[in-house]
Amino acid sequence: MHPSLPRQPFIVRLACAFGVRGWQMAGLFLAFALIAVPVMHLVVPPESPLHLSTYFITLTGKILCYAIVAVAMDLIWGYGGILSLGHGLFFALGGYAFGMYLMRQIGRDGSYQSDLPDFMVFLDWPELPWFWLGSDSILWVALLVLVVPALIAFIFGYFAFRSRIKGVYFSIITQALTYASMLLFFRNETGFGGNNGFTDFKRILGFSITAPETRVVLFALSALALVATLLLARYLVTSRFGRVLTAIRDAEARVMFIGYDPLWYKLFVWTLSALLCALAGALYVPQVGIINPSEMSVANSIEIAIWVAVGGRGTLIGPVLGAFLVNLAKSWFTVSFPEYWLFFLGTLFIVATLYLPQGVIGLYARLRAGRQRPPGNPTVGAASGAQPS
Amino acid sequence: MSALALPANDNPDWDSGTAELGHVLKPGQLDLSHKVILYLEDITVSFDGFRALNKLSLTIDSGELRCIIGPNGAGKTTMMDVITGKTRPDEGTIFFGQTIDLTRLSEPEIAHIGIGRKFQKPTIFENHTVFENLELAMKTDKRVWRSLFAVLDSAASDRIAETLGLIRLSAHAARPAGLLSHGEKQWLEIGMLLMQEPKLLLLDEPVAGMTDEESERTGELFLSLAGRHSLVVVEHDMAFVRQLGGKVSVLHEGSVLAEGRLEEVQADPRVIEVYLGR
Repeated sequence: MHPSLPRQPFIVRLACAFGVRGWQMAGLFLAFALIAVPVMHLVVPPESPLHLSTYFITLTGKILCYAIVAVAMDLIWGYGGILSLGHGLFFALGGYAFGMYLMRQIGRDGSYQSDLPDFMVFLDWPELPWFWLGSDSILWVALLVLVVPALIAFIFGYFAFRSRIKGVYFSIITQALTYASMLLFFRNETGFGGNNGFTDFKRILGFSITAPETRVVLFALSALALVATLLLARYLVTSRFGRVLTAIRDAEARVMFIGYDPLWYKLFVWTLSALLCALAGALYVPQVGIINPSEMSVANSIEIAIWVAVGGRGTLIGPVLGAFLVNLAKSWFTVSFPEYWLFFLGTLFIVATLYLPQGVIGLYARLRAGRQRPPGNPTVGAASGAQPS
Repeated sequence: MSALALPANDNPDWDSGTAELGHVLKPGQLDLSHKVILYLEDITVSFDGFRALNKLSLTIDSGELRCIIGPNGAGKTTMMDVITGKTRPDEGTIFFGQTIDLTRLSEPEIAHIGIGRKFQKPTIFENHTVFENLELAMKTDKRVWRSLFAVLDSAASDRIAETLGLIRLSAHAARPAGLLSHGEKQWLEIGMLLMQEPKLLLLDEPVAGMTDEESERTGELFLSLAGRHSLVVVEHDMAFVRQLGGKVSVLHEGSVLAEGRLEEVQADPRVIEVYLGR
């Protein structure tokens, strides 16, 4: 554009979104997920205290997928100011799309020894419905995972944002959307296994889905996807696009009167967010081995918002922390005091909203700032002329 | 068809002879051939039966500095809303130059063709730094795709630095805008307006909350802008209106009550009646 300034290739600019410290942290995390975890699960004998159990791999792999969803949620809520209470829908759709492939991989090993998935035999369907065509190809299914939820999000978002639906009204409509979808998927005639959904998966790309090696690979892919999501999100929020997005969150009218059309900015981040959720859903299903309509329940979507609120919205690492904290607490609670989990979750949300508006990240920043600087002396030196790059 | 397009017409002093011969414009290009930048004709806006604007007609010449005064509820802010696309008029037409019908454009489109607006209450991006506020306002391609890959080049940085100097906020460039004083926020918003390089500036009470010295400086800035830009200033502060000089329109109950120099309208018995009550 401007010949005076050589433009770096996009990939370089993307990589620069993480600073040195960011890459150090990402490197450490990837070394753990891609090297240490496989070795500790596959090589270290089970008697050793360093051995990582299958339970650990499945639980952590699942939470890695949730963390991707949390980051996706933070992009639209923390940065865009749009609270979606229906993000579980996109997660579930990604999961269902990939589940179709896993169902086809069962082959004739199902209860009815048929080429068709068991639930279709049970319903007396003679052949695959049209939307199942091609579902035996992982490439086609990968395309479905990325395109279908994103397309639905795009169409829904276009009409909602064009009508300038905002705030709590938007949240309620997203909730209705995921609830309606859940009812649709509960029906056997919809063609996605009704209330049982998809389960009893056997293979993925021909490999046994329960083999330790397969689990480790899925775990590693989830870790990679999380780092890639964080890198992309970091690039977005530090770009001019990100600044426009937060400006829309803070003063939408002003943004319009300086010539940006908020519709397309919201729509872009909304669709991207849905796509990331779908990707997470597709990685989640082979790890937990089941997908059913309850993933689309309203409570699930609200839980996503809680992860982000607890972790700290408007930061990128906060939602990842939030997803881990809440889900680790959940897996402990639902074993020890299963009947109290929802009460605990509700309390957590209220406490986070009232006392931790910036989540645990904000608490950490506040504690650190409190230690470094005596109170009552805010932002000295912030006015020095350094300009943002 | 682009071969027929005239060279960019940034000069408001259009050679009036050309208009008689007829001329060709690119769609969306501002046509100032009759030296008028804004026409409001018989604009009516009602809210629940209340007529905020009642057959309002007003024309602003290119390069003019016009002040709008009037008591509370006279429709000044509604008029700005109608021009910038925030409110659609029930009746009437609004033209920007000879050819652009503003009633058919959205807010971002209106901003894009060169109408900038300062709100009554300073509206800036409080969580962004002063520098970023100006960067976002800068005239550039504002579509999503461009913003995703935008790089701030040195020409743009220079322009921002220049504006920072003009609004005397250079020392605060890296501060969050929310920490500025009220007067500084007003200046920042004016700076954002300048970054947009608009042809027409609409300023709603720009010196509210400013000290006398600040408001005088603001007046000097506006006077220096007039000529190259057209300005419409809504203001209650009569000292400020006097400083600006120019023509004054008095709005009352949604239409223009009087128009002329400040001394003239102040001497008008109808205006005195409206301001002092009956």
